[in-house]
Amino acid sequence: MSTGNMNLTLKVWRQKNNKTKGALVDYKLADISPDMSFLEMFDVLNEQLINKGEEPVVFDHDCREGICGMCSMFINGRPHGPKDLVTTCQLHMRSFKDGDTITVEPWRAAAFPVVKDLTVDRSAFDRVIAAGGFISVNTGNAQDANNLPIPKKQADAAFEAAACIGCGACVATCKNASAMLFVSAKISQLALLPQGQPERYRRVQSMVAQMDAEGFGNCTNTGACEAECPKGISLENIARMNRDFATAKFISEEEV
Amino acid sequence: MSGFGNALSSSIGKKFIMGITGLFLVLFLVVHCFINALIFFNDGGLTFNIGAHFMASNWIIRAGEIVLFIGLLAHIFQALRLTLQNQKARPVKYAVNNGKANSKWYSRSMGLLGTLLLIFLIVHLSNFWVVSRFTGIPTVDANGHEDLYAVMRETFKNPLIVLLYTLAMISLCYHLLHGFASAFQTLGWNHTKYNGIIKGAGVWYSIIISVLFAAMPIAVHFGLIK
Repeated sequence: MSTGNMNLTLKVWRQKNNKTKGALVDYKLADISPDMSFLEMFDVLNEQLINKGEEPVVFDHDCREGICGMCSMFINGRPHGPKDLVTTCQLHMRSFKDGDTITVEPWRAAAFPVVKDLTVDRSAFDRVIAAGGFISVNTGNAQDANNLPIPKKQADAAFEAAACIGCGACVATCKNASAMLFVSAKISQLALLPQGQPERYRRVQSMVAQMDAEGFGNCTNTGACEAECPKGISLENIARMNRDFATAKFISEEEV
Repeated sequence: MSGFGNALSSSIGKKFIMGITGLFLVLFLVVHCFINALIFFNDGGLTFNIGAHFMASNWIIRAGEIVLFIGLLAHIFQALRLTLQNQKARPVKYAVNNGKANSKWYSRSMGLLGTLLLIFLIVHLSNFWVVSRFTGIPTVDANGHEDLYAVMRETFKNPLIVLLYTLAMISLCYHLLHGFASAFQTLGWNHTKYNGIIKGAGVWYSIIISVLFAAMPIAVHFGLIK
């Protein structure tokens, strides 16, 4: 990694565990390259901390290619930082200026308790998926690819919903810490396809019930989630979920 | 029946109540605004008093008034419940939160705007509704109708009241700018062919209603109409 000429002040949330209170701690970083990714800049910080014998900052990351959804930093008041349609790992230091002060906080939601520093527990999302974000099919030979004709527009919309990587930026940025965008994407990707129809109205009821049980807030349609989503998941999915929920509760006879 | 209770107590169900009562209040404002706009006939309130007399004496309207109060209270109480829940959903606030980067300020301030409207409503109801329903309108006009327009002229002599009404109508405009389209989204009425119409209608509705309402105290106070 080539060294650069950026000098930065970081304000990083440090919190030992879920039982203790955290606080922002200031760190000075020198000679940061504008070509580094944001996470590589954190690697440099952590090496410095380790060399000084201090605890490194704990943060989530995995693929560093923008597809796994692990990175979860709230940077200068926005999830995944100042750029649209990118995850933190795909954010580069050239998006900042020499001398900048950058505040980095974890996702903040009752449903996402802090594990340590910038890492939060997002297993609430897993439990929402487990409540109904699947289709029940028997295993066996794969069907012919074109057995079930699906209109192109429909397939595209399902694919766009399925692009959700479950990072939780929608919850993080929502003023109410609502998970509606995530849950609606996971419902829509199945509700739009023929394979998802048999369990469609059971699914929306189970997943919404689990979402509520996890303690996420309520949607107020500010649109912040859509604006901050690194995968550009559309608010249309929320409308579709609301519609399916109404159909399930007021028209369908299957009560979950 | 437990099914419906269960549906309406869920996060989405609570929002359905907000959306439906909100749209109901939107409809009410149309009626209220256009009847009040009869003062702009500039005939010393004669036409307006006919409208006001009809609203006060027609039993369907009076029954509707009860539904209106129920709708309004449901809107307010549901908003309070949702706000309290939403605050609990984020117990630790962000040190830095750049809300304006991703959403409109009024979409994030519906509670504040709604509270301002509630304060206004209390003053407004005591100015007119209490007078016309309970304490009685003191004078009659040339047609022999209760002269509600005279009450209006008397009330709007006070510049503070005019200021309060004008500020409240600015709050109303922003509340509606978000609320109108938001109600449709909440109820799932989202369709690429109609989204533009809903958005456009929402903006025009909000501006026309609030400007017309705000024009009334201003016009009366400054004597721009008879």
